[in-house]
Amino acid sequence: MELYRSHVLVCGGTGCSSSGSAKLIERFEDQLKEKGLDKEVKVVRTGCFGLCEAGPVVIVYPEGTFYSRVKEEDVDEIVSEHLLKGRKVQHLVYVDHKTHESSVQKSLNEIGFYKQQQRVALRNCGVIDPENIDEYIAFDGYQALGKALTEMTPEQVIQVILDSGLRGRGGAGFPTGKKWQFARASQAEHKYFVCNADEGDPGAFMDRSLLEGDPHAILEAMAIGGYAIGADEGWIYVRAEYPIAVKRLEKAIEQAHEYGLLGKNIFGTDFSFDIHIRLGAGAFVCGEETALMASIEGKRGEPRPKPPFPAVKGLFESPTNINNVETLGNVAQIILKGADWFKSIGIPTSTGTKVFALGGKINNTGLVEVPMGVPLRTIIEDIGGGIPNGKKFKAVQTGGPSGGCIPASLLDISVDYDSLTSVGAMMGSGGMIVMDEDNCMVDIARFFLDFTVDESCGKCTPCRIGTRRMLEILQRITEGKGQEGDIEKLETLAENIKASALCGLGQTAPNPVLSTIKFFRDEYEAHIKEKRCPAHHCQALLNYEITDACRGCTACARKCPVNAISGTVKQKHVIDTQKCIKCGNCMATCKFGAIIKN
Amino acid sequence: MKSLADLQAIRARTLENINMRKDEDACRVIIGMATCGIAAGARPVMLAFMDEIAKRNLKHVTVSQTGCIGMCRYEPMLDVVLPGQEKVTYIHVKPEMVPRIVSEHIVNGHPVEEYTIGAAKD
Ligand SMILES: Cc1cc2nc3c(=O)[nH]c(=O)nc-3n(C[C@H](O)[C@H](O)[C@H](O)COP(=O)(O)O)c2cc1C
Ligand code: SF4
Ligand code: SF4
Ligand code: SF4
Ligand code: FES
Repeated sequence: MELYRSHVLVCGGTGCSSSGSAKLIERFEDQLKEKGLDKEVKVVRTGCFGLCEAGPVVIVYPEGTFYSRVKEEDVDEIVSEHLLKGRKVQHLVYVDHKTHESSVQKSLNEIGFYKQQQRVALRNCGVIDPENIDEYIAFDGYQALGKALTEMTPEQVIQVILDSGLRGRGGAGFPTGKKWQFARASQAEHKYFVCNADEGDPGAFMDRSLLEGDPHAILEAMAIGGYAIGADEGWIYVRAEYPIAVKRLEKAIEQAHEYGLLGKNIFGTDFSFDIHIRLGAGAFVCGEETALMASIEGKRGEPRPKPPFPAVKGLFESPTNINNVETLGNVAQIILKGADWFKSIGIPTSTGTKVFALGGKINNTGLVEVPMGVPLRTIIEDIGGGIPNGKKFKAVQTGGPSGGCIPASLLDISVDYDSLTSVGAMMGSGGMIVMDEDNCMVDIARFFLDFTVDESCGKCTPCRIGTRRMLEILQRITEGKGQEGDIEKLETLAENIKASALCGLGQTAPNPVLSTIKFFRDEYEAHIKEKRCPAHHCQALLNYEITDACRGCTACARKCPVNAISGTVKQKHVIDTQKCIKCGNCMATCKFGAIIKN
Repeated sequence: MKSLADLQAIRARTLENINMRKDEDACRVIIGMATCGIAAGARPVMLAFMDEIAKRNLKHVTVSQTGCIGMCRYEPMLDVVLPGQEKVTYIHVKPEMVPRIVSEHIVNGHPVEEYTIGAAKD
């Protein structure tokens, strides 16, 4: 193998691929060849670095220089300046939003966005070439599988996972070791180990990034889990909308087979394990475990009542264990480094790290991995770089359509399973949507409920009818037609649906409504009683107003279709809000910017 | 693959090439490579370093470049930084000098005093 003095890592994750990173790779290779550097400098396509907002991202090692928003033309400059002459290209180097510091003199881990992070699940993302099994192996890949198969009994493997305190990252936070124990205890000829890569939360993309950036880590964990519970077959259920992830998984499975790390008699033991891929049907409810298994079997992706639990009767009627992608991303590390190491990260009831997808009104959108138990403030202010345009932070929605919001007054809350649940939010899969003063909380609740109503499979009445009723009420509130008692109606409906829906989708659907009512009841009341949207967001509740900047030119009065504007020439005009139909003509007409929406 | 030993072999073979991406303590060789350095012959020196490192199968050594250090009359010049030690600056480096710098300084920890900037000032 040849030795290179420098590696150019180009992000090949979904975010950067869509902003043209494949072209960058070609250009780098051409330029390096032209300058005679192709034997010294290697170009590597990696998975997501997490800072997709600054993409396409390029990192040059050994310096660890972080270039952001690199365009094709910029490649020539990086090659001739940095790679040939050793001068970093200052104007392309990533600049921290919060400190406005350029990272020229810093390596990756010193940048604000990464400094507070701790990467366990994402450790290889953006570091290795995901399509090269040797690189995964060089970073300790398949060591854990070797250790488990040759030095540990299945019971010992399960004990380590139990001791580590690892909890499911897919939503419910159930202890992974316990789940494995149940599946192991079921007696059957065949058992299955399933990886849930359906990632239905529209705000989350950590599973995609993990599959794209480190697919072998998931295969290795599935083989370890298969050995632990006594399964000989694995299934990955992955969204069809994730083509890059699917391609890398297929390639990884093929490579693992070539090396004998999947297939018959792995590491010369009598353990054999195979993995298949099933493309998801694209419905949110298919991420629910029983619906998911039905979908793999080729049936309609509908949930069924539990029990029987999958550990007893799952895929093809056989005992099955199902885990989320990110959960599995931790497994090999735990086996290698031990339960005590994992427990040393996070807090006792929520061990390890969690990956969050930061989105919404925040400077650094992207993927962040932090130890459990960090204050929410650290994620928003230090890693996320705060709110853009000097606006004020209002709330953050965690847990996607099943979760709830956390208001500014609780910004110092510890981010762990139990603390989030205690305030009516939840960890969920790790979507984190930040909202500022311009976001209307009633409209946010409406937005999430709209999603669940759309995604309800319709199998049970509380969810099918109940969520729709709630949505209708929210809709009329945001349209200024809210009635006294609507808040109470929403609360009653919510409690009923939570108690009687068949699956998690219905049971959690009311959460965004309940939590916005809990923390922002005044906003609901303003909509209903005063027909006013405090965030000036709901169009139907906005009033057009003429300010003191009015010169009395009369232009607006002549354009108003309902004669709602009155005034004399050269005097300030006024709008009769009772007559106004909110057509916006006047605002578009005024040359002096004297008309505002309020 | 039949055993953990096979896995270790792949690991060892790949690791040397990918070490620079791990943030472990590495010995760094930093070569001045601005126009003046390149004109003075810095590139053959850098290639000699890479050869020597590959030949000796050294891990944890990275070769990187820097711009003009501002002392063009000493070019080609370079710094060797061992973890936890002061950097040592070598001047007027020629490819023939590289094997000694690698074996005496990088491998054994004794800078080659006569090639350093300290020697020039005396
Ligand atoms: C409506 C609904 C959607 C879900 N979607 C997902 C999903 O996209 N990905 C996922 O891992 N778990 C999802 N879950 C949770 C799974 O049912 C299951 O709990 C999880 O995959 C278990 O893995 P874990 O223990 O590793 O978290 C969903 C649950 C419900 C009720
Ligand atoms: S709760 Fe909703 S999604 Fe779940 S089974 Fe009932 S109708 Fe379907
Ligand atoms: S168009 Fe503007 S300036 Fe003219 S009367 Fe209307 S509000 Fe006043
Ligand atoms: S918004 Fe339309 S209806 Fe209302 S005052 Fe302006 S022009 Fe008249
Ligand atoms: S896809 Fe490139 S940083 Fe996320």
